[in-house]
Amino acid sequence: MEENQKSRFVVTEENWSLHRKGHQDQQRHLDKIKEVLQSNLPDLISEENIILSNGKDVVKIPIRSLDEFKIRYNHEKSKHVGQGKGDSKVGDVVAQGEQKQAQQGNGKEAGDQPGQDIYETEVSMEELEELFFKELELPDLEQKEQSVTTIEDIDFTDIRKKGLIGNIDKKRTLLSAIKRNAMKGKAEIAPIIEDDLRFKTWNPVEKPQSKAVVLAMMDTSGSMGKFEKYMARSFFFWMTKFLRTKYETVEIEFIAHHTEAKVVTEENFFNKGESGGTKCSSAYEKALQVIKESYPPASYNIYPVHFSDGENMTSDNRKCLEYVDELLSISNMFGYAEVNEHRRMSTLMSAYKSIEHPKFNYYILQKNRDVYFALKKFFEKRTEGLR
Amino acid sequence: MRYEVCPADILYTFGAYGMPTRYTHWSFGKQFHKMKLQYDIGLSKIYELVINSNPCYAFLLNTNSLIQNKLIIAHVLAHCDFFKNNIYFSKTRKDMVESMAATAERIAEYEIRYGKQRVETFLDAVLAIQEHIDPSIVRDIKPSSSSFDEPIARRTAYDDLWNLDQHPVLGQQAIEMNKKFPEQPEKDVLLFILENSRILTDWQADILTMLREEMLYFWPQLETKIMNEGWASYWHQQILREMDLTPSETIEFAKLNANVLQPSKTSINPYYLGVKIFEDIEKRYDLLAQGADGKGERPMTGREKIFEAREIENDTSFIRNYLTDDLIKQEDMYVFQKQENMYKVSDLQAENVRNQLIGMRVNGGFPYIVVEDGDYMKNGELYLVHRYEETELDLPYLEHVLPHIHRLWGRIVHMETVLENKSLIFSYDGHKVFRRSK
Repeated sequence: MEENQKSRFVVTEENWSLHRKGHQDQQRHLDKIKEVLQSNLPDLISEENIILSNGKDVVKIPIRSLDEFKIRYNHEKSKHVGQGKGDSKVGDVVAQGEQKQAQQGNGKEAGDQPGQDIYETEVSMEELEELFFKELELPDLEQKEQSVTTIEDIDFTDIRKKGLIGNIDKKRTLLSAIKRNAMKGKAEIAPIIEDDLRFKTWNPVEKPQSKAVVLAMMDTSGSMGKFEKYMARSFFFWMTKFLRTKYETVEIEFIAHHTEAKVVTEENFFNKGESGGTKCSSAYEKALQVIKESYPPASYNIYPVHFSDGENMTSDNRKCLEYVDELLSISNMFGYAEVNEHRRMSTLMSAYKSIEHPKFNYYILQKNRDVYFALKKFFEKRTEGLR
Repeated sequence: MRYEVCPADILYTFGAYGMPTRYTHWSFGKQFHKMKLQYDIGLSKIYELVINSNPCYAFLLNTNSLIQNKLIIAHVLAHCDFFKNNIYFSKTRKDMVESMAATAERIAEYEIRYGKQRVETFLDAVLAIQEHIDPSIVRDIKPSSSSFDEPIARRTAYDDLWNLDQHPVLGQQAIEMNKKFPEQPEKDVLLFILENSRILTDWQADILTMLREEMLYFWPQLETKIMNEGWASYWHQQILREMDLTPSETIEFAKLNANVLQPSKTSINPYYLGVKIFEDIEKRYDLLAQGADGKGERPMTGREKIFEAREIENDTSFIRNYLTDDLIKQEDMYVFQKQENMYKVSDLQAENVRNQLIGMRVNGGFPYIVVEDGDYMKNGELYLVHRYEETELDLPYLEHVLPHIHRLWGRIVHMETVLENKSLIFSYDGHKVFRRSK
């Protein structure tokens, strides 16, 4: 009887430390989030809260489509049962409805249509950059530009049998001694003979001290509205970030223009609007002047990018072409981005269409997500590479 | 009974997967992550997990205190009793731990052979409709499909022509082609797809079978949530009250107990409601037994009555039979719904509260879907009908589920449901979801 009683239950405590299933599937879920992020990049990178977050490292991003879909009831339209403390009356408020994500930026793009389920996830800026920049590449650079200024550095990369005693590699020395002794029959450290000694040896390295400058030019005439400026802003935001991953220092100069151009602060660049006509050549002229004054092409990689709505005075076009030519000769890449919601034929574009130069890129942006495609076009990965 | 003491992340793994040996899928990982996060920041805690098997398994958290474990063991013993004695569990497999381990192994094998991505995509599709099975404990066994009279879904548009030279009795054949397929609407969508889909490969059919098997195993637990938890909580209270506890143990027990049995304003706590109903039954029947005059049959005592209930009821019948008007009033239960961005109490009538609660528990809380026609338009399309009962479906979700069903069926899939009192049909043709009114 007693024995029977004993066998009625068992208590055990196994070693569970190798049971990793939950963590593995969690990783798979995170990978899937990443896939969704990747496929949503065009929408994500123009998200306002990223562009405006500037210094912040972590941004919250709503992700669609990571739910486990089932046939289920509409929660909002169905009735539920709850329990009160004893004095509930008809009309008592039980809970607040969910806030309709009112703070979600400008709302209309943010995908808050009713019923659309949003899975919110936190993404660090770093992750996002990694995802995005994986797809970009600097247009083929001429090596000489990069290595004009070099700084010397030393790197311990090699092991040799001769060297300075201060640089002796103890571990390797001991290892070779043991090996040699082992070959003779006994695997031990002693004796160490001269042949066992190993030294760390350095190589001088030449690291190009690379500098880049972005010349952000924008049309600030009356025809450039809030949307156009926002597009320019997200574009420059990502472009500078991208260049920073490639160069040690990246500077950015803001040149605003209407009929004449001047160098302005970032604040003014994106916020101030001026009225009047447009003469794009003025900006290029200014850019050339800025380059001459402070950014010698010999030591700087130069990236002039011009944002405009394309409404240029026709008489100015010829001059523009001349300056663009001049800029192209000293720049790594010249970009012309036209914000043109309706894809009409603009005066400037009709002139630029004829330019055929490997460093010249243009893109017409119609909606938010085009920022992504513009960047991709300008910094396209050329698979057929030169090497 | 077999107890296993394990650390938090293991217990949470089991909680997320429902079973220690289950196959791997990202949705479990998502669930695990969520639960573990809530545990790590102290929002919620699982103390135990019981598994319906033979012997019954219980997993205990290794940080439980002695008194917590006493309560938990009392609780899980009652769960075990419920698994062993409730009629709805009578058909569940008791070797499911091993069976699921085998399933997991097979799925892993398929992943190696056919690629992780393909298996995952297929699992996604099956999981989207896994609840749509027929869990009835009594189910007609179908005559084997070898007899020729049975209508067979057509494989190509020219089937009837091929049949011409095989079958001289053309007229009769034509009549039989007009027979409905399936003859009766089929509740077991998974089984229907399994038996009739033309595109399932062997390994896919195998996975489908195994997942359906697992759902059949889990189903009674979905259907007896209130009873099962109520029964377990009733007994842990009874047992602990009989034990010799020190004052500090008593306080710790009371705290934990109160924590578990907490009514909620916005939902029904199955532990709490279950206990209340069992206690109410016991009280009422004891009263009746006392009042009996000794003539005729001896009435059941309260204890006997609750044992009877735990044997023959499931949540819907339990609520229907034993949640009295008085109890609803005493517990201040109400119906609430969304009105202008706020959830407000809308009904206090006991009858309506009870009906609403039952409605929410019907079919385990899932919409009731049947296969109406497996050869719709005489084109092998799948026509499903949602048996609408006053609660509309979540349409964006439905629109995402249809492609999954399409992946299993291989042809156009339709779903009929009701929206704002009008019948609507959603169709997915492999590219786009269309909706039209009936």
